[in-house]
Amino acid sequence: MSDIAIQIEGLSKQYKIGVAKQRHDTLRDHLMGGLGSLLRGNGRPDPIDDTIWALKDVTFEVKHGEVIGIIGRNGAGKSTLLKILSRITDPTTGHAKVYGRLASLLEVGTGFHPELTGRENIYLNGAILGMKKAEIKRKLDEIIAFAEIEKFMDTPVKRYSSGMYVRLAFAVAAHLDPEILIVDEVLAVGDAPFQKKCIGKMHDVSKEGRTVLFVSHNTAAMLNLCQRGILLSSGRVEGQGQMPEVLRQYLSQFTQGNVFQPSQGIRAGDRRATIEHFEVRPNPLQTGRSAEFTFSIHRPPSNKGDLWVSLAIGIRSEEDAPLLKLHSSDVGQEFPISQGRTEITVRLEQLPMAPGRYRVNIWMGTGQFPIDGIQDCMQLCVEPGPLVGDRYIETTDYPVVAPSIWERTI
Amino acid sequence: MDRTATISGKVSPEGTPGTLPQPFVVIESGKPLWHINLKELWQYSELLYFLVWRDVKVRYRQTAIGVAWAILQPLLTMLIFTLVFNQFAKIPSDGVPYPIFAFAALLPWIYFSQAISRCASSVIGDSGLITKVYFPRLIIPLAAVLPPLVDFCCSLLILFAMIAWYGIAPTWALLAAPAFLLLALLTALGVGLWLSALNVRYRDVNHVVPFIIQVWMFASPVVYPVSLVPEKWRLVYSLNPMVGVIEGFRWAVLGKVPPHFGIMAISGFAVLASLVGGILFFKRMERTFADDI
Repeated sequence: MSDIAIQIEGLSKQYKIGVAKQRHDTLRDHLMGGLGSLLRGNGRPDPIDDTIWALKDVTFEVKHGEVIGIIGRNGAGKSTLLKILSRITDPTTGHAKVYGRLASLLEVGTGFHPELTGRENIYLNGAILGMKKAEIKRKLDEIIAFAEIEKFMDTPVKRYSSGMYVRLAFAVAAHLDPEILIVDEVLAVGDAPFQKKCIGKMHDVSKEGRTVLFVSHNTAAMLNLCQRGILLSSGRVEGQGQMPEVLRQYLSQFTQGNVFQPSQGIRAGDRRATIEHFEVRPNPLQTGRSAEFTFSIHRPPSNKGDLWVSLAIGIRSEEDAPLLKLHSSDVGQEFPISQGRTEITVRLEQLPMAPGRYRVNIWMGTGQFPIDGIQDCMQLCVEPGPLVGDRYIETTDYPVVAPSIWERTI
Repeated sequence: MDRTATISGKVSPEGTPGTLPQPFVVIESGKPLWHINLKELWQYSELLYFLVWRDVKVRYRQTAIGVAWAILQPLLTMLIFTLVFNQFAKIPSDGVPYPIFAFAALLPWIYFSQAISRCASSVIGDSGLITKVYFPRLIIPLAAVLPPLVDFCCSLLILFAMIAWYGIAPTWALLAAPAFLLLALLTALGVGLWLSALNVRYRDVNHVVPFIIQVWMFASPVVYPVSLVPEKWRLVYSLNPMVGVIEGFRWAVLGKVPPHFGIMAISGFAVLASLVGGILFFKRMERTFADDI
């Protein structure tokens, strides 16, 4: 018995894009040009190059019992790869050999019918995912309990709240037991507690020695669940190896975010001196690691006299809820600003922000009086990082985290 | 890792060391069309069952009179046909009362028209499954032609009531009725396979199907007897498999005019041809379903 679960060699997939893909083709459209679905929704025709390689010469092996994370930016070919391995679409060239019973979970609740009851949908969805009727019957109680919807088992799912719907759908999927499991982004559904439950379940699955291929944008979950990672970029394998290594490579692809863009925000103050630049280091920032924010301030020579200022940074959620304030006068500091250029840096030993995207306001003033203040001067991206040791902090409902010391006192 | 084990199975054509066991599945492009994995189709028979079960269950949910529609539809159609084609147009009915003459034809016809229109839209109707899960795609059109059988069985009750009402004695021919129903099913499947696969690429099919059904009805002996068709056209006429189906079913139920052997043979051959062609065409098109849908 070999230890290879999936062997992929030279796998490529080409899509035609050409004449803009329409959701509903008509004969005329086809006579006039190509078909393709990759750029569905992108209505702009590109008459010159009408094909695109969604995957190009992808080769790797997966061993039995391995949990592999596939990462890459949108359009890198992750979903195409999973679709080919799930046998939903054929590769253009190359092949993959699968050794073992494979089930794929590209979406939760595939084939759910709104008119059918919860119980009926468990059977239907189970059969669609490849379970036998007897198997579903045996696991029915377990599934119902996991979904926490005992009372609504005989209600049509169209009357379910979206949370109940997703719970039921995941519950069925979680009770699949193939030798090889392919999972795409299903952890992105539901609210935070539910996501936690899903990740817990994925943890169990990976502990059971099953082979799992896993795609998610939740980098923290990837780190916690996967031993090995494969980085796809523009359809090619850009890197593979230990997950933290591959993740680092992936994160370095991000250059957008954490860039000073004052033109986007509202500006206030008398502008005796101006904030010319605001920089974040390192880029990307990581939860629990050190962070530096640098103000570059310019004061025109024409402006005479002494000028002492305090500086502030406000970090807000994407929904604009205030989360964290760093104010120099809170720690009793003010700085003299001379004519010309001044740089002032504030340093945090451990960034207390959970992974996510935030908005940043910066401010410079004397007392309460603003000299220069910029709302939304950048989009701050925080990537997962450890508070202690190598325990990576996952995305949670709570944006602020802090190192804490726990001990038993009685 | 350790590749010293003996070669088991055939050496893989790519020339890699052949130490691996036979793969469960090989994923590659360009599998031959005739590669229809019957064993796999059988393995997925439970999915077929659940898809049919779904459609039957959902069919009359949230309707006020539910299954009664299955009885009302052919009944009302029969009344209208009797009024228009018999009372007004004076179309003969081979010496059988016209209402039962029409009704005996309407049963297989309504089944056929429902089956074919469901089949034609089946693949795009289940696009959610096609783009997310693997299973033999043939299951979908197959599952589409089965649920209308339930309606058929419901309206069968009316047929029996009418037979009793008109005092028609059942003959042994009745035993042949399921065979003609099967022929109708295969016809619907044969044509439905073409339409369902075409529909993925060309939504024009959605517009064409109602028209096809309408024309097809008048090209079949639903409202008139075959005896009305000129002798020299009979051969061409019976290329339409529904001619054999309806003539045969009428004979099975009413026991009057047995179907012409030549007509049955030609109809049967036409069904076979459309079915084999349909399967091959479907298999060819299914490779790109997920990309095109």
